[in-house]
Amino acid sequence: MSDTDRPAPQAGPQGDLGGTGRYTGQCCTVRDLAKTYRSPSRGLGRGRSRDAAAAGAERGATGEVRANDGIDLDVRCGEIFGLLGPNGAGKSTLVRQLTGLLRPDRGSVHILGHDIVRHPERAARLLAYLGQESTALDELTVALAAETTGRLRGLTPARARGETADVLAELGLEPIAHRPLAKLSGGQRRLACFAAALVGERPLLVLDEPTTGMDPVARRAVWSAVDRRRAERGTTVLLVTHNVIEAETVLDRVAVVDRGRVIACDTPGGLKALVDGDVRLDLVWRTEAPTDVPAVARIAEQAERSGRRWTVRTSPEQARELVTAVTTGPAFAALDDFTLATPSLEDAYLKLGGRGGGLAK
Amino acid sequence: MTLLDRPAAVTETAAPLAPAARLLPALAAVYRAQLARARVARIPLLFVATFQSLGILVMMRGVVDAGENSAARAVVAGSSVLVVAFVALNLLAQYFGKLRATGGLDHYATLPVPPAAVVLGAAGAYASFTVPGALVTAAVGAVMFSLPLANLWVLLAVVPLAGAALSGLGAACGLLAPRQEIATLLGQLGMSAALLLGVLPVDHLPQAVRWLRDLLPSTYGVEAFARTFGPGPDWAAVAGDLAVCAAVGLASLTLATWAYRRATTR
Repeated sequence: MSDTDRPAPQAGPQGDLGGTGRYTGQCCTVRDLAKTYRSPSRGLGRGRSRDAAAAGAERGATGEVRANDGIDLDVRCGEIFGLLGPNGAGKSTLVRQLTGLLRPDRGSVHILGHDIVRHPERAARLLAYLGQESTALDELTVALAAETTGRLRGLTPARARGETADVLAELGLEPIAHRPLAKLSGGQRRLACFAAALVGERPLLVLDEPTTGMDPVARRAVWSAVDRRRAERGTTVLLVTHNVIEAETVLDRVAVVDRGRVIACDTPGGLKALVDGDVRLDLVWRTEAPTDVPAVARIAEQAERSGRRWTVRTSPEQARELVTAVTTGPAFAALDDFTLATPSLEDAYLKLGGRGGGLAK
Repeated sequence: MTLLDRPAAVTETAAPLAPAARLLPALAAVYRAQLARARVARIPLLFVATFQSLGILVMMRGVVDAGENSAARAVVAGSSVLVVAFVALNLLAQYFGKLRATGGLDHYATLPVPPAAVVLGAAGAYASFTVPGALVTAAVGAVMFSLPLANLWVLLAVVPLAGAALSGLGAACGLLAPRQEIATLLGQLGMSAALLLGVLPVDHLPQAVRWLRDLLPSTYGVEAFARTFGPGPDWAAVAGDLAVCAAVGLASLTLATWAYRRATTR
C-alpha cells in the first residue's frame, strides 16, 4: 500500500457519535508530559516495574527511572499518526498515559477535548485500545472475545452480536470464529484482538504494534479496516510501531520517540528529507572484510557493522566510488552481496540521534 | 456505576462521550465470558477439585464411623465446601494474579465497564462452576457415611454464599498481591486452611485451632451444611451461618472491587 492509495485525512464527521455536539479541534493534544518511577522497589509492589522495564528509559544515579520527559504531541482528527522508536524508547508508557492507564507526574493529555489526566475514566468512552497482551481474552473464542468486548463498550447484546459478525467477516476471521484465542498462532490471535478493538465504534483507535507476528494477508486486512473507518467515519488512529517499513507506508505523520522524548515529528517524507542527499550502502562479505583494499580500509571506521554486514551512510559520489572499488579485484572476490538504497526512516532516525539497532526493517 | 452512567460534564468544545456499559448488562457479559472460558480451560481442574474431595471422603471413612455423628457430618460438609474453596478461592486468586501481572487487566481498564461488573462476573462464574462438584461430593459422601440425602438442596444456598465469600477473598488476594507468585501462594494457603480446618471434626481440634477455624469464612458454609444432616435441623442456626457467609461475601467482594480499581488506576 502506498500513500496515494489512501484518501486524504478528513476534517468532517470525527467524534460525532450521534450526540448533539460536533467536535472540531485536535484529536489528541499532549503537553509537557513526564513520568518518573521514583523507587523501583515500590514500583514492583504495584506492577510499575513492568512499565518501568517497558519504558527502559533513563535510570538516574538516585535509582529514578525516567519513562518520559517533556513530551508534546498534536494528533489531528482523521490522521494516522505513528509513534516510532526502538523497543524500550517509552512508546508504550506514552500510550498508557494517553489511554488513562497511567497517571503522569506532570503535563496534560486532552483527547477530543476531554482532560484525560483529570478524568482518566473518560478515555474508555472515547477510544478503543489494542494493547500488546491478550491474557484477558486468551481462553475465549474469537467470536465471544469480540462480542464480550463490544458489550463492555456499552452495546446491546443484539448490536454486539451484529457488529461482531460484520467485523469478523471484514477481517476474514469467520473460519476461526469458534476457536479459542489461545489455540491460534500469534498473528491470528493479534488479528482477533484487533477485531475486538473494532467492535463498539470509537472515534480514536490506539493500536500498540497491531501487526506483530501477522502474515501479509492479515496485515492487509488490518490496514484496509483502518482505511475504511477513516474514509467512512473520519476515525483517527494512533499507532505504535518499531517497524520502519510499516511507518513509511501507513502513517500520515510520525513522532520519533527515543529515551522517553519526542526527537522529531513530521511526515515520513519530511523526516527522510533530513537525510536527503545521502544514500545507504550495505555490503555483505563472504567471510572477513578485505581491509587490505584501501577503499575498504577507509570506510572501516565509518561503517556500522553487524556480523558480515557493513552499512555505510554517505554521499552518492563516495558511494559510487565505493561500489566501483568493491565490485573489482580482491574486494569483489570477498563480497557476497551489496545493496545501494535511498534513505529510509531508520536513516532519518539515526541522523536525529536515536540509538541504532532497535528498529525492525 | 451511577457515576459512570451519569452524562459527564462536557465542555462545549469536547466531543460527546460514548455511553458506558451499565452494571448488570456488563456483569452478565463478563459472567457469560468467564463461564465459557471455564468450560474451555477449567474442566480438568474441576475434576481435580472433585476427585480431591472424594479422595478425602474415602480417607476419612477409614477414621470416622458412618452414621449420625458430628464427625461424619463435618467430613461430608467440609469435603463439599472444599470444592468451592479450591475453585473460588484458589483458582480465582491465580486468575486475577495472572491478569494483573501480565497486563491483561488493561483490557478491562480501557473499556467503560464498572469495576464491580468485572469482579462480580468473574467471582460468580467461578462460584457457579463449583455447583456440580459440590453436589456430587455431598451425594457420594452422604451415601458413604449413611447420612440422609433429603436436605442436600441446602447446597444451592451454601455454594453461592460460601462461593461469594471465598471468591471475594480469592479475587482480593489476586488483585492485591504484589506479585503473581504471591497471589498463587495466598490462594493455595487459603485452600489448605479450608481443607484442614473444614474437613477435620471440630471436637478433636485444640482451642487455638478452633479460634482460627472461626475466622475462616468457609467454616460457616461447612457448619450450615453439616447442621442439615442432623435429625430436626436448627434452621435458624443454618440461616445464621449463611448470613455470616453473606456478610463476609459482601465485604470481601467490596474489597476485591476496591482492589480492582486500585490495580487499574495508577
